[in-house]
Amino acid sequence: MSKTISIDGVNIPFADGQTIMDAALVAKVYIPHLCHNPEFKPHGSCKLCTVNVNGRPVSSCTLPASEGMEVENMTEALNNERRAIVQMLFVEGNHLCPTCEKSGNCQLQAVAYCLGMMSPRYNHFYPPREVDASHPDVFLDRNRCILCELCLRASRDVDGKNVFALSGRGIGSRLVVNSASGRLGDSTFAVTDRAAQVCPTGAILIKRQGFSVPIGRRIYDHKPICQVESEGKEGEHE
Amino acid sequence: MEPCEYPHIEDQLAPVLGRHGGDPTRLLQILRDVQDCFHFIPPEAIDCIASHLNLSRAEVEGVAGFYSFLSLIPQGEYRLLFSDNITDNMLGKPELMQYFCNKLWVEPGKVSEDNLVSVDSTSCTGMCDQGPAALVNGWPLTNLDNNRLDLIAELIRIRKPVAEWPEMLFEVRDNIRRPGMLLGDLFVPGAGLRAMLARGAEATLREVDAANLRGRGGAGFKTASKWSFCHAAIAEEEGSMICDVGGNPERFIVCNADEGEPGTFKDRVLLSSHADMVFEGMTVGARVIGARKGFLYLRGEYRYLLKPLEAVLARRRADGLLGENILDETGFAFDIEIHLGAGAYICGEESALIESLEGKRGRPRNRPPFPVTKGYLGRPTVVDNVETFACAARIAEKGGAWFAAMGTAQSTGTKILSISGDCARPGIYEYPFGVTVEEVLRDCGAEDAHAVQVSGPSGTLVSWQEFGRRIAFEDLPTAGAFMVFHRKREMFAAAHNFTHFFAHESCGFCTPCRVGTQLQKRIMDKIAGGHGTPADLEELKHVGHILGTMSHCGLGHTAANPVLVTLKKFPGTFERKLKALSFEPAFDLDGALQTARNITGRDDEWAHLI
Repeated sequence: MSKTISIDGVNIPFADGQTIMDAALVAKVYIPHLCHNPEFKPHGSCKLCTVNVNGRPVSSCTLPASEGMEVENMTEALNNERRAIVQMLFVEGNHLCPTCEKSGNCQLQAVAYCLGMMSPRYNHFYPPREVDASHPDVFLDRNRCILCELCLRASRDVDGKNVFALSGRGIGSRLVVNSASGRLGDSTFAVTDRAAQVCPTGAILIKRQGFSVPIGRRIYDHKPICQVESEGKEGEHE
Repeated sequence: MEPCEYPHIEDQLAPVLGRHGGDPTRLLQILRDVQDCFHFIPPEAIDCIASHLNLSRAEVEGVAGFYSFLSLIPQGEYRLLFSDNITDNMLGKPELMQYFCNKLWVEPGKVSEDNLVSVDSTSCTGMCDQGPAALVNGWPLTNLDNNRLDLIAELIRIRKPVAEWPEMLFEVRDNIRRPGMLLGDLFVPGAGLRAMLARGAEATLREVDAANLRGRGGAGFKTASKWSFCHAAIAEEEGSMICDVGGNPERFIVCNADEGEPGTFKDRVLLSSHADMVFEGMTVGARVIGARKGFLYLRGEYRYLLKPLEAVLARRRADGLLGENILDETGFAFDIEIHLGAGAYICGEESALIESLEGKRGRPRNRPPFPVTKGYLGRPTVVDNVETFACAARIAEKGGAWFAAMGTAQSTGTKILSISGDCARPGIYEYPFGVTVEEVLRDCGAEDAHAVQVSGPSGTLVSWQEFGRRIAFEDLPTAGAFMVFHRKREMFAAAHNFTHFFAHESCGFCTPCRVGTQLQKRIMDKIAGGHGTPADLEELKHVGHILGTMSHCGLGHTAANPVLVTLKKFPGTFERKLKALSFEPAFDLDGALQTARNITGRDDEWAHLI
């Protein structure tokens, strides 16, 4: 008999060493998340994947599963809290979906829809953030960066380049590029890097292909992210 | 690219880099030295350090950007940082800072045009009993008043090096008002170690267990359990053990002297006048868990203690209390290295402290694994508070039963309180656990006290109705801060101050804390500015709930405490500030024009909407 945990009353198996999120992803049970991508080391920063285990809130992407764990996931209370976190992400950056190339393929937007976010709720911070178009093939638009560090992890752990790091602190945290000028064009970054493909929002965009898949035919245009994740991706991706 | 302003940076940095060697764990220490030399971290220095330590440039920039005392943009030759704790404010800090800025023609947060001076606020510097306080280029100034600031302004004008300023400006007093078993009885260096060696390490662990010693940093975890877990973690790794040069399994003991909780300053006094007890406690712990190396993580604000503490370590080495074969016991080797912080409250969290010790950004780790199994450099590590080690030294010397005879059943021994705020005799008071708030208030001469902030902003606010409550893990647990508020004080101001503190100190790793502490601060600013409505109070509760449940670490979990507790216990202090209007626009149209006014330098009637 394999070991199991229960998520919202449904038993799912897990192997030793797996986190709650690992087990849920294998079982195609959707736990909302943004900074997690199973290809990379869990990070635990966005806090969207918070679930209740024995009544206590924990990050499902970093907590190892253990036999008999009872996990609450898609409860109204948790989704209210998750919605507040998505709203926080929207107001701390400058996210203008109608003019963003990523719209329809953007996980931040998709999670917001999935959680029923109807307004940003909080006052926008309108922070001044740098746009970097210096690279011949890739845009870096920090207005849309949610500090998930997926690009950082991909560049460090897969590409072996360490192109990105985080500097600043608190609300002043920002993505920095490893070049003397601080510009992406002066770094070793290449469009073929894994790090160019992993941004959940439109902070890292590949130039000259923004609308190769038209609006209306994108991943989350037809199905909400919860359904996409539990059925496997079918939509067209650029 | 800009032309290089520091063409000879490699030569200039050579002594610093040579002193620290090529170990990346020294990064923060190197950056501190560079900041001292250049009054900021020049971009050229980042390149130089990165190649020296074999790190990426961005990593070095990441660390330099994290700590408040390091700056990526030039600061004045003299950088004056006023302590911004509520107790400093109550002693007149805002007016003094303005006075000083006017005197030197400089704006807070900016560098004077001649690059001579920059003035700003900093989180509590731990001088609350002798405030208002400040730091000049990292050195503490106390008891500031207009006269002293006049003198300081003059010293800056004539460009007198800080090292040559009159000593009285830097005088820091212990102010021990009520000594107990830790501060009162004479401690003979080596007494604890001799008793331990006579008794044996395992028997000493049993004494610590019998003493029921619990962590003095506030969380109250049982020290003997932590030490045992760390010891057991080593045993489990026997198969593929990582060994030090002597062939022993590597493990570490760390003393957390990052005393950043506003209102707390007892570790400063312990390290100033009882450092032997602290180092001896670390050495006892090292013997019990089998560590050969220890660290004292000293907050940057206490850099003035570095030299005296190094002297104590040197004396202990000479006396055979540190180093190889301690007290002639073959194989008993242990030494202590001091690391300085650089202005980051989060580094008081044990896993963030370990990251910082490794020379990285002070970001709390995901747990499990806990430091006792995977801590410094991935090795089993014990992190304990300064006072905890002092207690451990006493227990080693006098035994567990002696210690457990004091205090209450669940909270044995004594607790050192750092008392500040509205009282006649602020300072250090050591009490057996179980003392009531009322007794403490009487002893420190606090008349007509209205409330006490116990254990700092992350602790709780105790109102006058609750002064019968006791300082103890089972009632009012505390890391030591005890800030007194007179009945004439507006409690809103304290809560407001604490929201600024948390917003400044959030590390930014997790969304709820990074954004939530900002939202909280902005709403409090709005209320303070006279634009608050009842809906804002509901929003504060909502944000507080998200902070408390969704955050990554204790900072976020407790960041809403001051607002939520003050709202509950002193609702009037908020309500009096609210607009009576049924509707108040969330957007302050006139306020939005402030940037334009700053740019044009106008402040006349036509530059305003009202």
